[in-house]
Amino acid sequence: MRVNLRVWRQAGPDAPGGFETYQAEEVSEEMSFLEMLDMVNEELVVSGGLPITFDHDCREGICGSCGLMINGQAHGPQLGTATCQLHMRTFSDGDTIVIEPWRSSGFPVIQDLAVNRSAFDQIIEAGGFISVATGSAPDANLTLVPKVAADAAMDAAACIGCGACVAACPNGAAQLFTGAKITHLNLLPQGQAERWKRTEQMVDVMDEFFGSCSNMGECTTACPKGIPLEVIAELNRDYVKAQFINRKLTAQD
Amino acid sequence: MLESRIPAGPLADKWDNHKFSIDLVNPANKRKFEIIVVGTGLAGASAAATLGELGYKVKAFTFHDSPRRAHSISAQGGINAAKNYPNDGDSIFRLFYDTIKGGDYRSREANVYRLAQVSNEIIDQCAAQGVPFAREYGGQLANRSFGGAQVSRTFYARGQTGQQLLLGAYQALARQISLGKVEMHTRTEMLDVVVHEGKAVGIVTRNLLTGAIESHSAHAVVLATGGYGNVYYLSTNAMNSNVTAAWRAHRRGAFFANPCFTQIHPTCIPSSDEFQSKLTLMSESLRNDGRIWVPVKAGDDRPPGQIPEAERDYYLERKYPAFGNLVPRDVASRNAKIQIDREKGVGPLKNGVYLDFADAIGRLGRDTIAERYGNLFDIYHRITDENPYEVPMRIYPAVHYTMGGLWVDYNLMTNVPGLYALGEANFSDHGANRLGASALMQGLADGYFVLPYTIGDYLAESLGDPPLPIDNPAFVETRAEVENRIAHLMGINGSRTVDYFHRELGKIMWDQCGMARNQSGLEKALSEIPALKAEFYADVRVPGRADGLNQSLEKAGRVADFFELGELMCRDALHRSESAGGHFREESQTPEGEALRKDDEFSYVSAWEYSESDAILHKEELEFENVQLTQRSYK
Repeated sequence: MRVNLRVWRQAGPDAPGGFETYQAEEVSEEMSFLEMLDMVNEELVVSGGLPITFDHDCREGICGSCGLMINGQAHGPQLGTATCQLHMRTFSDGDTIVIEPWRSSGFPVIQDLAVNRSAFDQIIEAGGFISVATGSAPDANLTLVPKVAADAAMDAAACIGCGACVAACPNGAAQLFTGAKITHLNLLPQGQAERWKRTEQMVDVMDEFFGSCSNMGECTTACPKGIPLEVIAELNRDYVKAQFINRKLTAQD
Repeated sequence: MLESRIPAGPLADKWDNHKFSIDLVNPANKRKFEIIVVGTGLAGASAAATLGELGYKVKAFTFHDSPRRAHSISAQGGINAAKNYPNDGDSIFRLFYDTIKGGDYRSREANVYRLAQVSNEIIDQCAAQGVPFAREYGGQLANRSFGGAQVSRTFYARGQTGQQLLLGAYQALARQISLGKVEMHTRTEMLDVVVHEGKAVGIVTRNLLTGAIESHSAHAVVLATGGYGNVYYLSTNAMNSNVTAAWRAHRRGAFFANPCFTQIHPTCIPSSDEFQSKLTLMSESLRNDGRIWVPVKAGDDRPPGQIPEAERDYYLERKYPAFGNLVPRDVASRNAKIQIDREKGVGPLKNGVYLDFADAIGRLGRDTIAERYGNLFDIYHRITDENPYEVPMRIYPAVHYTMGGLWVDYNLMTNVPGLYALGEANFSDHGANRLGASALMQGLADGYFVLPYTIGDYLAESLGDPPLPIDNPAFVETRAEVENRIAHLMGINGSRTVDYFHRELGKIMWDQCGMARNQSGLEKALSEIPALKAEFYADVRVPGRADGLNQSLEKAGRVADFFELGELMCRDALHRSESAGGHFREESQTPEGEALRKDDEFSYVSAWEYSESDAILHKEELEFENVQLTQRSYK
């Protein structure tokens, strides 16, 4: 099959960007979306052009490196799928496909389709961890974690940090990402000691970079791992509680 | 010349004795030492976090945009430990024994025993960090079985164990970054090691966003930069995984050990066309419930559902009744190749074997199977457009892991003092074949529980010495060499892409140094690779500029190093005329076609020293005092 591409090209963070048009010929249905871009890039290099820059690595939907707006949808049309797992059989011969980088002031463009997502790391550094020094842990089975809590924590922990939630959100909010980590850690017995401090600090850093959540729900639809909206409710609930709870009496910080 | 520093004494006491006898750095002095950690996967992130906790000044480097993206994240199935929670007869000694045997007796007893010893602490540590391991209804940790073992000792977090363990290590690292103990350099690629008076004193890096070449100095350099499976072009490795850091260290004097020991994983999705950029793994855990089979008749074109039971060959269950579908990876891979070579392959390109869940779904129900493997089934469905709940999966072996790597002593230090290698980047624990769920164990063992102790032994002697200033000629010269290398690649301006050369190299490596190897093929590869390399340096085209983000340039440097590594792998494979684990020399097999070791001749680690002409072989003899070497049998 053959597809027409309209691709956002931008030489650097401060350079003006614009759409360029490319034709991809002889695209096979078995190809992944990124393999189709590889092919376009090879032709660009051979014909003396500059290949399109995009982040990618594992190509199995787990590292969270890749992420493109495809026809205005984060990670493209297929639900629960990262860009690298999208296959060309999703498209039809003759389609025009518009490809853009994540669009959010929290994720400045670096070059072409690659963006800077370091704000996510800063949110984690603010408290997205359990403080336990290496070697100081008790036997793992001393802390029982009910299966339902472990499963719910795992559902939230499945986040790959790709940023599709922010890109899809009309407000550029990062509540789904932040809520996923808060939910993962706050649901577990091991995460209780730092529960309120963690929530407060992570939300405060999130607010420095990202917009406000107005419960549109675009984020969960775009999420390749199907992180549920409930994590945002968990974030809000714990953030409010963190303002009022007496941390000394609950022995939780 | 090769001092493995294996402690004396009984096997079970070696690690404790060693920890007591090595030099320590007192807590107040630790902040006077600077340590560079390159790579932030399981080994690198856990090491950087733990060193930071201990009080060392740590600089960590990754070429990714975040430490959370390292390829450890893709590990699916699980992590082994000798907890014996299921009460099924496991012990430290049994984990040690299984690992030594699984590695076909080509690893060090002392290292493997230590790995088994610290395995339990890893589970404790990760559970305390909040890694959401699978649980039983009572809240205890759940276990499952993996290949090469007859006990259930694998801990897991659905099909995303690597992700969850890496996020645990990443979060521990994030905590140290926020405390100012670790200085994190993302999108920064190490391009050389700086060696001064025989010791590693720092690294030279390229800032991938600005192209700036920078020098970083430290008291010790730790490489945790992963494996080199991408030399085959098609592998289950991430697209950016590469050998450059390890190879540059090798060129600066670090020995490269057992480079030909590569693991071909039996359960990957077969490739579908020429443009395929990578292969996707289906976790080995699937072999717990899936049954592997091919049609009895060669060239049988019927859909799987129409092939009656009597006309199916469940060849692993037939040949290896004791282990069945859970034989180790090398055995499973080789047997798949045998079936396909006999024209019993299935699927449109006849390049797969079936992995069938019909029995398990019938016995346990679809929901149970979905809970165990749901995400894997989804991945498979997305890639192949076939629903594995209804038709059997098609699988085929693919390059997955490299047991070889930088030679290290018991302290995980290379033969270059001050230069360490952890995780997949070193050679130490898996011999000629790695068992499933052992890579995560080794990466975290090295990073959390081994290096943070052993590095003190080296550092203690340089107390009071500041790191070498980066205007020292050693740094200036290394930096100039890096700059020249980049200028050279940019200046060739030929007509072919970097990927073209990478694909061609991959074909040579897969055909001649893949699942089965022989003398004439390896000799052929040893003449083809230098020719391809010469063509690369004459005709590669690296577009754009060096002073900014340039993904083609990044790739070019990595592929250039893969040529040299590929040659060394073939040389190593040629010299080792025995079969061992993943290294199958067609000339050396039992009458049943199993790998035949030659213990009299090859019971050693081959450690190669770099030389401009021919690499020089050094041998570290392996001594086995606690296990009896036998022909591996999984019947």
